[in-house]
Order: sequence, then structure tokens, then C-alpha cells
Amino acid sequence: MPPVAVAAAQIATLPAGRDTDMLLEVIDLYKAFGGVVATNHVSLEVREGEVHAVIGPNGAGKTTLVSQLTGELRPDGGRVRLAGRTITRMPTHRRARLGVARSFQITSVVNNLSVLENVLLAVQAHAGHNFRFWRPALRCRDLVDAAHASLQRVGLGELADRSAADLSHGEHRQLEIAMATATQPRLLLLDEPMAGMGREETVRMVDILNTIRGGPGILLIEHDMDAVFALADRISVLVNGAVIACDTPDAIRNNAQVKAAYLGED
Amino acid sequence: MNLKSLSPAGPNGWVMVITLVALVLVPPYTVLANEPFFLDLVMRAVILSIAAVSLNLVLGYGGMISFGHAAYLGIGAYCVGIPGYYGIYDGVFQLLLVVAVCGVFALVTGLVCLRTRGVYFIMITLAFAQMVFYAMVSLDEYGGDDGLVIYERSRFPLGGAIGDSITLYYVCLAVLVATLLLVHRIVNSRFGLVIRGTAGNDARLQSLGLPTFRYRLICYVIAGIMCGIAGWLLGNFTLFISPEMMNWIRSGELIFMVVLGGAGSLFGPVLGTGAFITLEEFLSGFTVYWQLYFGIFLVLVVLFGRGGLHGFIEWLFRRRS
Repeated sequence: MPPVAVAAAQIATLPAGRDTDMLLEVIDLYKAFGGVVATNHVSLEVREGEVHAVIGPNGAGKTTLVSQLTGELRPDGGRVRLAGRTITRMPTHRRARLGVARSFQITSVVNNLSVLENVLLAVQAHAGHNFRFWRPALRCRDLVDAAHASLQRVGLGELADRSAADLSHGEHRQLEIAMATATQPRLLLLDEPMAGMGREETVRMVDILNTIRGGPGILLIEHDMDAVFALADRISVLVNGAVIACDTPDAIRNNAQVKAAYLGED
Repeated sequence: MNLKSLSPAGPNGWVMVITLVALVLVPPYTVLANEPFFLDLVMRAVILSIAAVSLNLVLGYGGMISFGHAAYLGIGAYCVGIPGYYGIYDGVFQLLLVVAVCGVFALVTGLVCLRTRGVYFIMITLAFAQMVFYAMVSLDEYGGDDGLVIYERSRFPLGGAIGDSITLYYVCLAVLVATLLLVHRIVNSRFGLVIRGTAGNDARLQSLGLPTFRYRLICYVIAGIMCGIAGWLLGNFTLFISPEMMNWIRSGELIFMVVLGGAGSLFGPVLGTGAFITLEEFLSGFTVYWQLYFGIFLVLVVLFGRGGLHGFIEWLFRRRS
């Protein structure tokens, strides 16, 4: 066989995960709590700039999956790779330094600080070298400007000086997005960003996410089907910890198995 | 750096300026009124204020409820007493010893303590402080339980000495002002923003990519060294050291001073210490059962006095304007 053909054959036999634009690869991930299997040999991938949605009924193991991607939980088996680099057992803060950012299903902001300070922490985390003990943080122009820009992007520019504790639920979720994007992540893990939101707030959040898309790869976990079908390039369906389907929104909409397991319930 | 950032802001800033000016004027007053005892009382309050301000850095801003902070007070004092036992009164040497011993003690214990949270953190900091306490009780060479008399105050090169009480008082006051300035700069810096953030939501900061353990450990060490310097002043002040200085009761009192004044406020711990010592003095002159009334007062403050004296002053002025 001529050398070129050998190379071609090798490429053909390589796993799909070796594509150069592959950002996140989850390979055969497994996690059990006692007898309950929360993540059952899950494999999925997020390409650069892609919005990949994960849907599934309550208790399907969506948040458990995200927690293993961020490093808050250790998987029992399988691998997680970010841009070709294995990060399965890397601690949370180091993954974050590599560009993994998340928003939380249950709003998680720092309530004893101002809105601006919350985002400033995210900017600082990205900038590194924070062992500065003397100069006031609010006087570091470049950091403060970046934080303001991030707040403007999610429409919270006016509320920068308010205490984070005083924000409404929808504003908290917007702040979450501002913090997650302020670190200039390569991979954004959004855990139900629309949870508990009214119709109007959901529409605003879809708009905000649409302005972000195309930048970082996004893994979107969401219950709101209108939002999912409006945003996702691809959808994986998770039921009882296992992926039962992964396809384009149109194909998922017409997938009989998915309808039976999930969409039919609505 | 401009001066504006250091100027007092709001009613509490003015309370700070007025209090510090009043503290500067205390020695002339005690000389004119011939009340040396009053100087001793205020000096004790100033020294304990430094300890309270340092505790506030970890407790108030960092959310780390250390129940063993008096250990640093004791270690600092022993850094005057033990060299003195061997005839060494060099203040520079003693201070270097304070920084080294308190720094290493805070670093080693912090590596263990800071892996725990909540009530476990409280218990383990208490346990380490009690270890130092009993170590000193068992060291007969340095007086054990009975303590040790210090015959001379620290000397400094070029003939500098803190022989008389008024000089020592101004040294204490200068250290208090320096400590306040340092804490003010630290909590507003990038480092301080991380520290205040970990008190509110440590997990969130980690997911942002901040290795919070390192930040908290460094904060813990800085506070330990600050309190060690307060202990060094205390040793020079009392000219006597004993394990009682690092009793867990003293750690509890320091926590109370911080809470009474307002945890997480710059000057609150100083107000809290002042109020604590004034009450202790006033009630004990009033009745032998003063601790009973003091206890009732403490319970009421914890139940109803959220924000402490600092919060009270803010509330008072917000209502008027």
C-alpha cells in the first residue's frame, strides 16, 4: 500500500474525537453513587464554537455530568479531554485556568460583594497573579473595564454598584453569565440558565446567549425546549444516566425513542 | 496613590479619626490628671485592639472563625520572655523571632485547619491553641503554670528603648495605626477581594479558577503574625508572661470583641475592644457578680446587635439623614 493510502486508512480508523476542531470529548464516562448509576457510559463531544444541548427528564444525571466536567465530582471511569488534553482528574481551578467555565443551576454568586466585584473576581481569575496586597482592586483600570464590558453584554451595566444579594432571580442568572464569560472561556458549561425564569426573562436570556455563541463552545443543559431548539446546533438526550440519542434539533424532534422517553411527557 | 482612598468615608470613618486623635491625647491627660492607672487601662485596650483587628482579617473578612487566636498573643509574649530569660532584650531579634515563630505556626496549623469548614475549623483551631497552652504549662524551665517575670523591656539599636510607659504607649498606638492601614489596603486589594469572596462563596471562586486554599492560608499567616506583634507588645506591657495569655477564654474574648464591634468592618474591632474593656472595668467596680451581667449583655448583643457597634453607628446616621 502506498504511504498516502496508509495515512488515509489510519485517519479513517481514528476515533471521531481526533478532529482538530474538537473542543471537549467525553469518553465512556461512568459514575455511580452507591447502587445508583448517575452517569452510565456517557460519550459526547462539543466542537469549537458549537452549542451542544443536553436534555433529559429530571434525575437523568445532567448536573452530575456537568460536575464531572468541571472537576467538582470525580468520575469512577472514562475520560474527559479538553482540546486533546486529558483533564479527567484535574482539580477545578486548574480546569478553569484552561478555559472551562460554568454557570450553576442553583444561582451561585458571591452575595456579600457588589455586582461589579463578582465579575471582577472572574476577570482577576483569568488575569492570574492576584497576590497583590496593596493596590485597591477597584483602581486596576484594565480589570475594571473588562468587568464593566462583561456586565454591559448581559445588560447589567446599570446595576454594577448594587450588592449582588439585592438582585432579582433573573438578574442573578444574567450575572452568572457575565461571570462565566468574563473569564474568556474556551468551553462554557451552562447548567439550566433559564431555570425558574418567566417567559420574558427567558427570551432575554436566549438573546444574551445568542450574542455569545460562536465564541466559546457551549454545553447547554436546559429544560425549556423552546430555548433549546432556538439555540442548539446539536442535542444529546440523557435518560437514566445514558445518552439515548445525539443529533440535530430537527432529527431529535422526530426521533421516536426520544418522544417516548421524554418529549412525549410534555 | 492619592490620599482620598485613605480618608475616612461615612460616619464610621469619622468615628475612627476622632477615636485615634483622642488616643493620642491620652498620655498628656493621665499626666495632668495624675492617673497612671488610666494609661495602663487604655494601653491594654490598644494592644488587644491590634489582636482583634488581626482576628477580624480572618474572621470578619475571610469568614474563618478561628477559636485559637490567643495562641499568637501568647507566642508573641513568650518571644519577649524567653529571650529575656537568657538576658537577650534586643527588640529587633525578638520581633524577628515573633515573625518567624508565629508565621511558621500559622503556616503549619493553617495547612491542616483550612482543609476543614464551619464547626470543625473552630474546633481544630482551638485544639492547636490548647496544644501550645499545655506545652507552655509543662515547660518548667520557663515558669510553667506560674509564668515568668520579664525584667527589662525591649531595647533597640542606637540607644532606642521603650523604658517608660508613655513611650511604650505611643509604640502600641503606632502599631495599631499601621495594622489598620495594612488591613485596609489588604481587604481592598485584589488579594483581599478574593479573601472576601471566599467568605461568601468559596466553591464559586474555585470554579472561576482561583485556588482559594492558597489565598486563605496566606491570609491566615498574615493575621497570625499581626497578632504575634500584639503579643510582643503585651509582653513588654505586663512584664510578665504566663500560659494564661493563650487560654481559650482569651480566644473567645477576642472573638467577642470583633463581633461586638462589627465583624468585617475596619474599625469595628477597635470599638468592640474598647467597649469590652470599659464594661469589664465598670461592671467589676459595681458588683462582684459582674460576670453574670456581662454574660447577659453578651447574649443580648449576639441576638439583637447584628453588625455590632459599626452597624449601629451606620444605622444611627442613616436614620438622621
